[in-house]
Amino acid sequence: MNIVVCIKQVPDTTEVKINPVTGTLIRDGVPSIINPDDKGGLEVALQLKDKYGAHVTVITMGLPQADAVLREAFAMGVDKAILLTDRKLGGADTLATSNALAGALRTMDVDLIITGRQAIDGDTAQVGPQIAEHLGLPQVSYVVGLDVKDGKYIVKKETEEGYQMLEVEGKCVLTTLASAFKPRYMTVAGIVDAYDREVEIWGADKIDVDASKIGKAGSPTNVYKSFTKELKPAGEKFEVEPEEAVELIVAKLKEKHII
Amino acid sequence: MNFELTKTQQLFKQMIREFAEKEVKPLAAEVDEQERFPMETVQKMAKLGIFGIPIPKQYGGAGGDQIMYTIAVEELSRCCATTGVIVSAHTSLCCAPILEHGTEEQKMKYLPKLASGEWIGAFGLTEPNAGTDASAQQTTAVLDGDEYVLNGSKIFITNAGYADVYVVATMTDKSLGNKGITTFIVEKGTPGFSIGKKEQKMGIRGSATCELIFENCRIPKENLLGRIGGGFKVAMKTLDGGRIGIASQALGIAQGAMDETVKYTKERKQFGKSISQFQNTAFQMAELETKVQAARLLVRSAAFKEDKGMPFSADAAMAKLFAAQTAMEVTTKAVQFHGGYGYTREYPVERMMRDAKITEIYEGTSEVQRMVISAKLFK
Amino acid sequence: MNKEEYKNVYVFAEQREGEIQPVALELLGKARELADGYGEKLVAILAGYKVADKAQTLIAYGADEVVLVDAPELKDYITEQYAQAIHQVIEAYKPRIVLYGATTIGRDLAPRLSARVNTGLTADCTKLALAEDDKEFLMTRPAFGGNIMATIVIREHRPQMATVRPGVMQKLAKDDSRKGVVNSFTPKFDESKFKVKLIETVKEAKDTVDITAAKVLVSGGRGVGNTEGFAKLQKLADVLGGQVSSSRAMVDAGVMPHDRQVGQTGKTVRPNLYLACGISGAIQHLAGMEESELIIAINKDKFAPIFNVADLGIVGDLHKIVPMLTERLAKEIEK
Repeated sequence: MNIVVCIKQVPDTTEVKINPVTGTLIRDGVPSIINPDDKGGLEVALQLKDKYGAHVTVITMGLPQADAVLREAFAMGVDKAILLTDRKLGGADTLATSNALAGALRTMDVDLIITGRQAIDGDTAQVGPQIAEHLGLPQVSYVVGLDVKDGKYIVKKETEEGYQMLEVEGKCVLTTLASAFKPRYMTVAGIVDAYDREVEIWGADKIDVDASKIGKAGSPTNVYKSFTKELKPAGEKFEVEPEEAVELIVAKLKEKHII
Repeated sequence: MNFELTKTQQLFKQMIREFAEKEVKPLAAEVDEQERFPMETVQKMAKLGIFGIPIPKQYGGAGGDQIMYTIAVEELSRCCATTGVIVSAHTSLCCAPILEHGTEEQKMKYLPKLASGEWIGAFGLTEPNAGTDASAQQTTAVLDGDEYVLNGSKIFITNAGYADVYVVATMTDKSLGNKGITTFIVEKGTPGFSIGKKEQKMGIRGSATCELIFENCRIPKENLLGRIGGGFKVAMKTLDGGRIGIASQALGIAQGAMDETVKYTKERKQFGKSISQFQNTAFQMAELETKVQAARLLVRSAAFKEDKGMPFSADAAMAKLFAAQTAMEVTTKAVQFHGGYGYTREYPVERMMRDAKITEIYEGTSEVQRMVISAKLFK
Repeated sequence: MNKEEYKNVYVFAEQREGEIQPVALELLGKARELADGYGEKLVAILAGYKVADKAQTLIAYGADEVVLVDAPELKDYITEQYAQAIHQVIEAYKPRIVLYGATTIGRDLAPRLSARVNTGLTADCTKLALAEDDKEFLMTRPAFGGNIMATIVIREHRPQMATVRPGVMQKLAKDDSRKGVVNSFTPKFDESKFKVKLIETVKEAKDTVDITAAKVLVSGGRGVGNTEGFAKLQKLADVLGGQVSSSRAMVDAGVMPHDRQVGQTGKTVRPNLYLACGISGAIQHLAGMEESELIIAINKDKFAPIFNVADLGIVGDLHKIVPMLTERLAKEIEK
């Protein structure tokens, strides 16, 4: 079984802070990490490797420094790592990104494709299903459990009310949740070897996709503007009768659309 | 000259910090409170190869370097000093002497299982009457046929009881003083070898610190580590490496207390502003931060020299002396910055302060470090 | 593509087991405004099996038309079945805009469709509006873990698609007298593409409470006093669809379990509403909740530090205010 896991290098958004004076994002010193949902996907792939001897390839699209997440993947136990990097791929929105990754996947011999449900820097949850569509493969998103039985994937999908058990025939795309798959730690031996192993570098010419579908040109969405949320104004304090207090609270809840 | 960690070392630091934060930190208070050896953490660390960081691959280790090992002990100790010393004693005091002085057979027999963490290691040198003066060893080893017979006891032995392999110093010829000391490898379960009283300690309370008792304990003569009479050198060399480990532990404790204090003083408001905004706090913290960084440089430079095969004895002593002092100073001030809360178990700094003290004492007190450093200075 | 051919605002009216999901009605509320802005129709797409009777509900909440896609293949939500059906609706009707709820269904279906029709999709929008000058459709969403907001446009592709989180938009008041058109649409399914089989759907009451996931937290401290006090908070939380959390004092006192504790030694929470009742606001507590979107504090002590982080502070007796507030909100929400 050949598994390809698509991972993304993202800034650890929990470490991002806002400059209280300028109201802008402080990106300096924010560590880059493997996107958590993707790391969950990596873990489930490695579990299939442990269990069935699957061959696990990891691919990331990004700037050359995304090499770091591939080294981490090596240290966790993956067999092969590919860095898809090319200026032609820059400025891509989710659709163009999915087209590029699908273009890479088309050239590979793969039985199962895993992506994280969503990336913490964008939270769009689009790339996985879009890859599936480009490749004409079935998809299951929000995956929280996975096994293989009689050549079929038995997939547990999280829903708002509980979960669903689904059976998928043949090659497919699954998008995983970090919460369900606690990623293993890198091993010390894996770390020692990680930088001695070879990361394959792929450019846009190596992938099978129409050039009009990648990069900025292949992106239907554009950022019109971006801004930071307004800073909280200082709160007000009232010492009033209970009846009036209730009205003040209700008014506030309405103002903030809580009710 | 390069002060930056290599990419491999950086990746290692990332892993060990995450491991310490997620697996070690949540248990630290409980392990301290209950004086409990964190066996579950030991098993987790074993799985990742943390017990074999600097052991070469051919002996089942990860093939990492001493810098990585110091990072491991620092990061573990930053969250839990008990966990830090378990790894330090195992690696520096048991694996290292076997790797350095063991025969090929001994290395093949012991190192793979030690590196995998299947076996834990310990080191027995200190005796009730032989502390800083190691030459006063009273544990004896006498050759009887193909076996050595050990009699005597050791005290304050880290990992005792949980360890499977012990490197033990004995006196084989009292008349020769230091040159009559010989080290052996003793396995857990050897008849005549038992674990005695467990110490109740001020700090690192989860670490097992016990007495080792040898009563006509017969060990095969191939368990001789090094040569007859070479034990003092084995012990001193071992302690040199061990001091880098303890210096790393002290550094970790200091860093842990710094991080807690930075967080607290930013959050804690008095007289309408964060106490970190008071110059008294800010300047004192600046001093402490400088010392912690200086300690780190000393630790890494000693480890660097060990990696390069350069003499590092005095460097290790300086690293340990300074890091231990820094840990004590930082943790004491951390408690002060936390005020009344700092004196309670609600915050970890009081534990850190208790943990810090041992780093000025074991594997050579600060006084011993000054002896080592000054001996080199005035030789 | 000829952009001009694409007209009207469409809402994917998500249903589960025949029940229209609240988010669908919320989307109709917003989409009504957008459609009116363009002077166009608001159309709901109702896909499912034996759901025809729900079409009128969608009209009552603002739809001018309903495209009813009723087929046994659509009994349960499965990506490919729904993607084929909705794709054919889009091809046939050429919507200007299609909105979906950002649910496990909407967030599964919408990206699949965006790739199939080769258009843009903006996820989890919190604001949808038309530009004042050229009526460009502006989709605003949080990014970077909520640290920044980005307004997205899809200029050259149609339909313009977006998902919106449940609870963000306001539904209109139901108007049963509203009249609308229901058009049935029969898709042609390509069953050879159906590779996913639903084995079972399991609903489970999530037994362990995860206060970090709650959108609303009614939190109690020493001032709440005891279990009876927390029962009052629970009632309020129920009305608001939230959870009850606690300060350390009440956990240590054995009144509340540890998994409900907010703060340094408990959990860090970031709900939309944190209603602190009888919590003085020790620094350890504040560390666990000060990132909440809206903080309302009720405390007898007007110098309680909790008021320093509260957006709205009420100096008063929670034992009086909380039950009154519960009653008042129950009525308000019923409306």
